[in-house]
Amino acid sequence: MRNSPMSPPGSFLWSRRIFLTLLTGFVLVPVYVMVSSSLKPLADVTGKFRWLPSSLTIRPYIDIWSTVPLARYFVNSLIVAGAATVCSVVIAVFAAYAVSRYSFRGKRVFTVTVLSTQMFPGILFLLPLFLIYVNIGNATGIALFGSRGGLILTYLTFSLPFSIWMLIGYFDSVPRDLDEAALVDGCGPLGALFRVVVPAAIPGIVAVAVYAFMTAWGEVLFASVMTNDTTRTLAVGLQGYSTLNDVYWNQIMAASLVVSVPVVAGFLLLQRYLVAGLTAGAVK
Amino acid sequence: MTTTVPAKAEVRENSPGTADGPRRRPGRIRRIGLPYLLLLPALLLELLVHLVPMVIGIAMSFKELTQFYIRDWTTAPWNGLDNYRMSVDFNAPVGEALLHSFLVTVAFTLLSVGLCWLIGTAAAIYMQDTFRGRGLLRALFLVPYALPVYTAVITWVFMFQHDNGLVNHVLHDQLGITDKPSFWLIGDNSFIALLTVSVWKGWPFAFLIVMAGLQNIPKELYEAAALDGAGMWQQLRRITLPSLRPVNQVLVLVLFLWTFNDFNTPYVLFGKTAPEAADLISVHIYQASFVTWNFGTGSAMSVLLLLFLLLVTGGYLWLTSRGRRTADA
Repeated sequence: MRNSPMSPPGSFLWSRRIFLTLLTGFVLVPVYVMVSSSLKPLADVTGKFRWLPSSLTIRPYIDIWSTVPLARYFVNSLIVAGAATVCSVVIAVFAAYAVSRYSFRGKRVFTVTVLSTQMFPGILFLLPLFLIYVNIGNATGIALFGSRGGLILTYLTFSLPFSIWMLIGYFDSVPRDLDEAALVDGCGPLGALFRVVVPAAIPGIVAVAVYAFMTAWGEVLFASVMTNDTTRTLAVGLQGYSTLNDVYWNQIMAASLVVSVPVVAGFLLLQRYLVAGLTAGAVK
Repeated sequence: MTTTVPAKAEVRENSPGTADGPRRRPGRIRRIGLPYLLLLPALLLELLVHLVPMVIGIAMSFKELTQFYIRDWTTAPWNGLDNYRMSVDFNAPVGEALLHSFLVTVAFTLLSVGLCWLIGTAAAIYMQDTFRGRGLLRALFLVPYALPVYTAVITWVFMFQHDNGLVNHVLHDQLGITDKPSFWLIGDNSFIALLTVSVWKGWPFAFLIVMAGLQNIPKELYEAAALDGAGMWQQLRRITLPSLRPVNQVLVLVLFLWTFNDFNTPYVLFGKTAPEAADLISVHIYQASFVTWNFGTGSAMSVLLLLFLLLVTGGYLWLTSRGRRTADA
């Protein structure tokens, strides 16, 4: 049962019990507030806070769709985050394969440059990027500013550095003999990548996809500047409930929950892969 | 080298299936070009979204870029180091506010990263061994990290409300700790509110990484230590913590950069204008650029921020790597 061979002393067990209990409370309280408030009538959330609802209602879950165009925001977020994830993973797989399997001039420069973009404050390139998108739009007619395409392009680069970095570690752990065998069998380098390396690195790829999706689903700064009414994503749209004269806290909590459940459920289902991916790749 | 059984190294360089037959060397250009071709999409996107904008951002910081020139920024007049001079003139209002914001951000980042690391590491170590309910607890602990930032922060905004929030209800009505309900999202308390939310949201990442790091420590180390009579706490000090050093080196740096640059949390928590006590630098610069429409100064501030982060990162990596080398020797 236990990892380390000695049974832990009582002091360890007691401190563990106290620590984990307090931490559970700290983590759970906001989750409880979100769930319970989403089932309360409006009077319960505008008056003094109460731990238990005076009555339970699913009204907020019906009203959220008409107070703001939540369904449209939802679809936008789904398209943007989904497309950004797919593109980011495919591009990261190619780049990581190149770095992991080939030696070429500029390899170190590439990895260092890509990783260092993680350091850039988003605020530094927000305005220049906005200008670039507007200029590309004027010059070529491809609308990047205000469109989902522009947002997809932006978000996929946000997750790219971490994804490449993690996949390099992961691909390095896949034995080279395997792709050499595939090459002998007549696969091209891409065949070896897709038939041998990618299947062996599935946990790492799932982990990277989860990370990319969460990054795109939760981003606020660029979403608030680069979208308009039709392309608005949930990150911005959800603030629509708070700027009205009445603050419908029960609806805000219901909408937050509806928006969170897919991501949290997906994350918890796939977290095994994330830990495995981190263990094999990034943390090594 | 055109034997029937070629050396392994040559097979790897070969890409069979080209027109000249499987054993022939493919064109040198193709062989050399392939890695670059694979990198091209990533490279182009990084150039478009990160590197070119950064260069433009740096150029802008030397221009007098107010709303009159925003339609075509290239026509804005150059003004040398004026933007920088204005940003670091700590006796004038703009510079003074920037310095204040910088100091707030430093204090906030140190506290937040320290707490996130401490809680995350402690939780991961306490949960290293199996016990009943461990899997459930682990899933629960990851929820704050999995929640989209804005839904988590909006929930905290609700909890911090003056009249109908949970925090005042508990502290004032139920425990009687405060004399009267406090304001959490304005005034000095806002720093505490921001720190609480940031730690709540950030510690599971440290937990996740340390947990992964712990799985790479060979069990034999613990077995050997136990045979030598080392107790639990000694094993922790002599094996666990030293083994986590390389993981911590990256973890602390990543936490530092994310927290220092964090925009989402303060922006959703306070809106466009943050209270002075919680005026983080990224929101400060956002406001300096988009609310006052002075993009030149905003860019100069961003460049200063980037220089600071480069300096800290470089210094940090130099120090920690040097420490590790001497420890290994």
